[in-house]
Amino acid sequence: MSGIDFSQFGFLAVISLNNMVPVTLAAIGEIFGESAGVVDIGLEGIMLTSAWVGVFVSWTIGNPYVALASGLLTGALFGLLHGYISVHLKGDQIISGVGINIFALGFVPFAITAVWGVYGAFQANGGVEPIPTPWGALQFMVPLTFVVAFSFWYLLERTRVGLEVKATGENPEAADAVGIDVEKTRLIATAIGASLAGLAGSYLSIGLVGSITKDISAGRGFIALATVVFAGWRPLLGLVGGLVFGTAQATSIWVATIPELRNVVPHVDDLFNMIPYVATLIVVAGVIGRARPPKSIGVAYKRE
Amino acid sequence: MSLSLFARQKLFYPLAESGFAALIGLGVGGILLIALGYNVPLTFYYLLVAPFGSVPNISTTLSNTAPLILTAMTFAVGVRTGLFNIGAEGQVYVGAAAVIVVSLISLPPGIHLLLAIAVAGLAGAAWSLPVFLLKAARGVNEVISTIMLNGIALNLMFFVSINYLVEPSRTEKTISVLPSSRFPILNADTGLSAAIIFAIIVALAFYAYFWLTSSGYELRAVGLNLEAARFGGVNPKKAYFFAFALGGLASGFAGAVQVAGRSVPYALFVNLSNVTGYGFDGIGVALIGRNHPIALIFAAIFIGALQSGLGGVQLYAKVPFEIIEVIQGVIVIALAAPEALRTIRRKTRR
Repeated sequence: MSGIDFSQFGFLAVISLNNMVPVTLAAIGEIFGESAGVVDIGLEGIMLTSAWVGVFVSWTIGNPYVALASGLLTGALFGLLHGYISVHLKGDQIISGVGINIFALGFVPFAITAVWGVYGAFQANGGVEPIPTPWGALQFMVPLTFVVAFSFWYLLERTRVGLEVKATGENPEAADAVGIDVEKTRLIATAIGASLAGLAGSYLSIGLVGSITKDISAGRGFIALATVVFAGWRPLLGLVGGLVFGTAQATSIWVATIPELRNVVPHVDDLFNMIPYVATLIVVAGVIGRARPPKSIGVAYKRE
Repeated sequence: MSLSLFARQKLFYPLAESGFAALIGLGVGGILLIALGYNVPLTFYYLLVAPFGSVPNISTTLSNTAPLILTAMTFAVGVRTGLFNIGAEGQVYVGAAAVIVVSLISLPPGIHLLLAIAVAGLAGAAWSLPVFLLKAARGVNEVISTIMLNGIALNLMFFVSINYLVEPSRTEKTISVLPSSRFPILNADTGLSAAIIFAIIVALAFYAYFWLTSSGYELRAVGLNLEAARFGGVNPKKAYFFAFALGGLASGFAGAVQVAGRSVPYALFVNLSNVTGYGFDGIGVALIGRNHPIALIFAAIFIGALQSGLGGVQLYAKVPFEIIEVIQGVIVIALAAPEALRTIRRKTRR
């Protein structure tokens, strides 16, 4: 074995930051939505569908910023659908989320074949130009993700709007009594939350991976849900959680490139691919019980 | 009189809701197909009519139905106990791999099959044990833990099948299930095996467990009202243990059915392609069947029929086969809002 090359850690850091973005964005969006009392376990499906839409828009229009925004819009539309079912129709939030996930599981491979006539994967046009560093290209969405995290922290913890959102999630009866439109607040919060999952999706396909594959989301939406719990519904801790899971993801990619580890057993990268899932289980098992979810989470508000 | 009205409503509303949701799913699927310029009548002919049109097609439909009944049971048992167990997907992989492992030894026919089924079921149940432990000891939500275990199972079974179970001369699949541990064939021409009978027996057994035993009653009590059940002396953790273990058992069985009950390939593809997707399809089946062990058999036949129409859809209508997953997803979304049907009825009446 050769000596440890410390520049390897620089590379690992850049891959970690690039991989942090999708989980962090989706988690912060979900923190916002859940603060208003609506759970969206369809994050994975929203991310996956938006990843396809991003590639489709970049294929038709070419502009990478418009393509990124199309993911945001797709997420918002899913959020409105999920919010309408959850808030206005008083439907089951978990079932609606599962439905969105199943839909995406079919829609993405279906649409890849239907539109481009290929199976399973399609190359994307170039994304937004990344920022060069000595350890590889840093995606431009990385600094933006920090901005998003701090903005949502400010919005949720320091403004009247944030207070109203949290009131509808904690105690909708009281919120209603002081004149807050509970249903409208919840619907908008759900749509905003889901739009971040959509942005995470379009970033994933046209930014991070450079193509659309039928399993591109690879559990990130669910890992984002775990991050929400880890973060205790606080946006800045969501950023920390995203970094933890981004590092776990990057580690699984990185260790597969080390020849000494690669050659231990054939196909050992299958085992490395388990790292993000195992890390999520360990982290979630370690922190649960510390934070308390919003009181009226997952329950539709029915006015007396 | 009022009792019969009650019984009729109890049966009518869930049926109407499931039927309504199915129509929405097929409708949205149809709109998508029209938008993309596909031949819609031909597609729906292959999805809905052809699967029941001939003996071979009915056989394929029933072969597809067997694993769906079992994975749907996993989800249904969870919901009946107030849990959201979406771990069927990973438990199927583990159960299927377990059958291949049992194929490494030789035993007399019959006994070998029973052992394979039992080991697959236990492997599935064992895979759900961490979910129970994490929930009971650390309060981890089962949605998160089951999804993570699905991801772990997928990669672990890739690794195990390609390194330790692969057939040296045909590296795309594992060694074959020995004839002594295969499900008996019911129809030699179409390959329909007794797996469908096995799945229906399992469903009846779950029905009997839930509605005829005190243990099953306790699970339902926890699912209906946790606090009341606890007050009534039921231990919720015990109920959760049974729900996860029985759920894992059913999905482990589904893995066995897929590799020991289907003539092609009587093995596990090393990319797991003949066992993936059944866990998520099972969720749709369970929801359409209202999480009722008997009703979900019929829901499984519906989804199994759509799946058996895929060949024709792809070959003749040239539609990518994933369209049925799209339809299924929309059906589930529509089922999330039972109020939707009532709202529409109220508005149209006005």
